[in-house]
Amino acid sequence: MIDLVVAICLIAGASFMLLAAVGIVRLPDLPTRMHASTKAGAMGAMFTMAGVAFYFTDSVVSARALAIVVFILITSPVAAHVIGRAGYFMGTSLWDGTVKDELRENYDPETHKLSSGYEGSPESVTPPPESDPPDDR
Amino acid sequence: MIPIVINIVYFMLSVALLLAFIRLTRGPSLPDRVVALELIASIVVGYVGVHAIDTGVSSLLDVAIVIALTAFLAAIGFARFLERGGRRND
Repeated sequence: MIDLVVAICLIAGASFMLLAAVGIVRLPDLPTRMHASTKAGAMGAMFTMAGVAFYFTDSVVSARALAIVVFILITSPVAAHVIGRAGYFMGTSLWDGTVKDELRENYDPETHKLSSGYEGSPESVTPPPESDPPDDR
Repeated sequence: MIPIVINIVYFMLSVALLLAFIRLTRGPSLPDRVVALELIASIVVGYVGVHAIDTGVSSLLDVAIVIALTAFLAAIGFARFLERGGRRND
């Protein structure tokens, strides 16, 4: 029974990592490649560690596998965010079929300043700050 | 049942490593290569876990922890290097 669980976890983990590798080869530009590799790769490693924890059935090994899973779960999104940010600022060209890139219009890569896109519209005119109410005390 | 599954998983992970290596060599820009390197590190973590099951040596999990840690630090370092102005069109 426990062998079946271990086998399912290992096969699932390997399938996720194989899918991530296929995606990183097949997809057209950097953000889509990261979309394939970061999530599926981390999921594959976590499934494999779950299989290890089920196989050894030892509390020390399970704690270590859990530590690896938590570590991957924390660091993988951070690394993906940082790499994606650096890649975007380097000006890597997006895929031709990209539907929407709102950051390109509203972001100044030189000053790193993000505008809301509503600066010229009447809604954006903020009222002048009110003067402080008189102190009654 | 477990040995057969382990052989299948070794084969799948090897194919995944090969595909990631293709992207590592072909990647048009440097961030593509960094993404491929991070995926390779993730696959190697899975490899080490499967090898720990294969040999029954649970101490190999420490190796997996260290590989995951160095992969994270390498990704952060590469990203800082890119933002500070590395080679633009590698």
